[in-house]
Amino acid sequence: MKVIRSMVLVSSDPESMERGAQKIYRRLQQEIEKFGLQDEVSVAMVGDVGRHDALPLVIVYPEAVIYGPVKPDDVPFLVEEHLYKGRIATRLQAPARELSGRIAWLSARQGTLPAQQRIVLERTGQINPDDIEDYIAHDGYVALGLALTTMKPEDVISEITKSGLRGRGGAGFPTGLKWRFVAQAKGHPKYVICNADESEPGTFKDRLILEGDPHSVLEAMVIAGYAVGANEGYIYVRGEYGLAQERLARAIAQAKEMGFLGRDIFGSGFDFEIHIHAGAGAYICGEETALIESIEGKRGEPRARPPYPTTHGLWGKPTLVNNVETLANVPPIIRNGASWYKQFGTPSSPGTKVYTILGNVNVTGLIEVPMGITLREVIAIYGKGMKGGAAFKLAQTGGSSGSIIPASLQDTPMDFDSYSRAGVSLGSGALLICDENTCVVDLARVLLNFFRRETCGKCTPCRIGTERAYQILSSLAEGTGQLSDLDDLQVIAKSMAELSNCGLGQSAAVPIRDILKHFSAEVEAHIRLKVCPAGACPMSGRLARAA
Amino acid sequence: MDVRDAPDVLSVVQTAVTRHGTSREALIPILSEVNQALGYLPTAALTEIHRLLKVPGSQIFSVASFYRMLSTKPRGEHVIQFCESAPCHVVGGREVWQALQDALHLNPGETSADGKWTLLTTSCLGICGVGPVVVIDNDVYGNVEPEQIPEILARYA
Repeated sequence: MKVIRSMVLVSSDPESMERGAQKIYRRLQQEIEKFGLQDEVSVAMVGDVGRHDALPLVIVYPEAVIYGPVKPDDVPFLVEEHLYKGRIATRLQAPARELSGRIAWLSARQGTLPAQQRIVLERTGQINPDDIEDYIAHDGYVALGLALTTMKPEDVISEITKSGLRGRGGAGFPTGLKWRFVAQAKGHPKYVICNADESEPGTFKDRLILEGDPHSVLEAMVIAGYAVGANEGYIYVRGEYGLAQERLARAIAQAKEMGFLGRDIFGSGFDFEIHIHAGAGAYICGEETALIESIEGKRGEPRARPPYPTTHGLWGKPTLVNNVETLANVPPIIRNGASWYKQFGTPSSPGTKVYTILGNVNVTGLIEVPMGITLREVIAIYGKGMKGGAAFKLAQTGGSSGSIIPASLQDTPMDFDSYSRAGVSLGSGALLICDENTCVVDLARVLLNFFRRETCGKCTPCRIGTERAYQILSSLAEGTGQLSDLDDLQVIAKSMAELSNCGLGQSAAVPIRDILKHFSAEVEAHIRLKVCPAGACPMSGRLARAA
Repeated sequence: MDVRDAPDVLSVVQTAVTRHGTSREALIPILSEVNQALGYLPTAALTEIHRLLKVPGSQIFSVASFYRMLSTKPRGEHVIQFCESAPCHVVGGREVWQALQDALHLNPGETSADGKWTLLTTSCLGICGVGPVVVIDNDVYGNVEPEQIPEILARYA
């Protein structure tokens, strides 16, 4: 019998992969075999471990020593010192963590990771995502057992309602309320859909949840199915997320074998099946009704709403559609109770939020922090400041459909209500941090280029509006804009926001309105003075050559 | 469509249909699998799927042309996907795009005359943490600098 005495975890977030995590993993396996340790040391690639200043990281348990950045050539020394001789290989240890700012007092997760507050990502980076036993050993499927054996469906819904959980896909709709709508809807069968189509540029948190802890989403879907009265679930995974699809398929097979999926789960008489449906490349399929059309084998074009999917969803039946991150919050809430959950975040937006940090900061990556921290803190603490000491100019939250947030709003608490009072939205959780060299016209042009490509074309305000707005922004960038263009942009933004069929057209208006609201002087400089103050637009190049 | 290729196309379609079934729900998984096996979706394949699934041909073509990962036109030996979204753009994507243009002289969506390269611009590849990102076939290149482009392309000689 194998008795594992050490676990070696290799970080495998995008940055680590780029820096050779796969090689390190293979090298570790080779070296461990060389020392004959393969029966007592296990190695796993675990996704994002939550710390991004020294990637790739190798963590060795039970001592919980963090090594990083590790190069493939460091592996023989690491294995010999730590795993064979039992001494910590100090020269490879990651620098001690530094913490400052308002959130430093928050209880760190036990062990060694920086003081984020991990609820959704509690196991990501700590367990082997390919091994259901590892998940079970870390409280996995406890919530499912509790729900099925000690709670009525109605109790589950009221616990979720009491927790105050709000949808993490972007809109922030109360999750308990949505569950109740589906539970009360007439019609059978009912379905649960996990929206894992995340194609929002800059957002890849759901990918890292699925790759690092796939069982948490399965467990949540079964609980949701029990609560709303559904026996079948679909995970609609983005086509490009091959690894997530593989891991989910393996997780489903393991869960079935263990009896957490399939018939008569926990002897409760409740049956639940989960299917994976891979997308084929279309941003619009993240919109819930387009996603449903796509599962049904059609073009992913949004349906007119109402009726909503809660009553008329997949195959016209009541359907619960929840985002990956929303679902991943469910098992901890059921396990620990709504009042435990409400101690995190703010009163109206309890819990945590997972963000990806990108752009002109020193450290990019994934974090999970309590609702209500500020952009300034995120940049200083987790981004380790702006790259090259440049000044912070703006951030875009929530991918292309998010708001453009000027520096003047960087101290606004990041929660649904504070942001909406400030006239901005939190969106899906991407924080694109831009420095002073970013031109707002250029940025808006790139964003509108995205929308004009991704519009499904079904409704006119969106199809024509995104194209026309892109043309106008391009002419501003090239120095051929006129002042009347600004009025045209306002009109287009207004029609897209008010008349579009779905959220895509409505969000295409957001960057236009935001730049005209917060950066009108810079936009007007492109027209009146024919210069790009940030030096990013094509005309600035032309001027330089002419001069 | 070259007639000599036809039997091969039919057997690829048959395999995919056997695996996924003939329900309407199976259409996109079937199209994805055939596209992956053949590199694109030839008319003969779409016609055969129409025959087996009994879904109108116009609808099959309309679905096949909707999704970015499916192609109804032949693609080159190597498919280059360049991400032109904001997260890659603000960290130097534009310079990488210029380097790709200088090396390939292709417009987005075009295939080179020798059939070697197809150049696609895409919205987002979901690996924004390491932008700018270029994906060639299934190989991901992150934190790309413009100077690296000739060397990266040379790997596919």
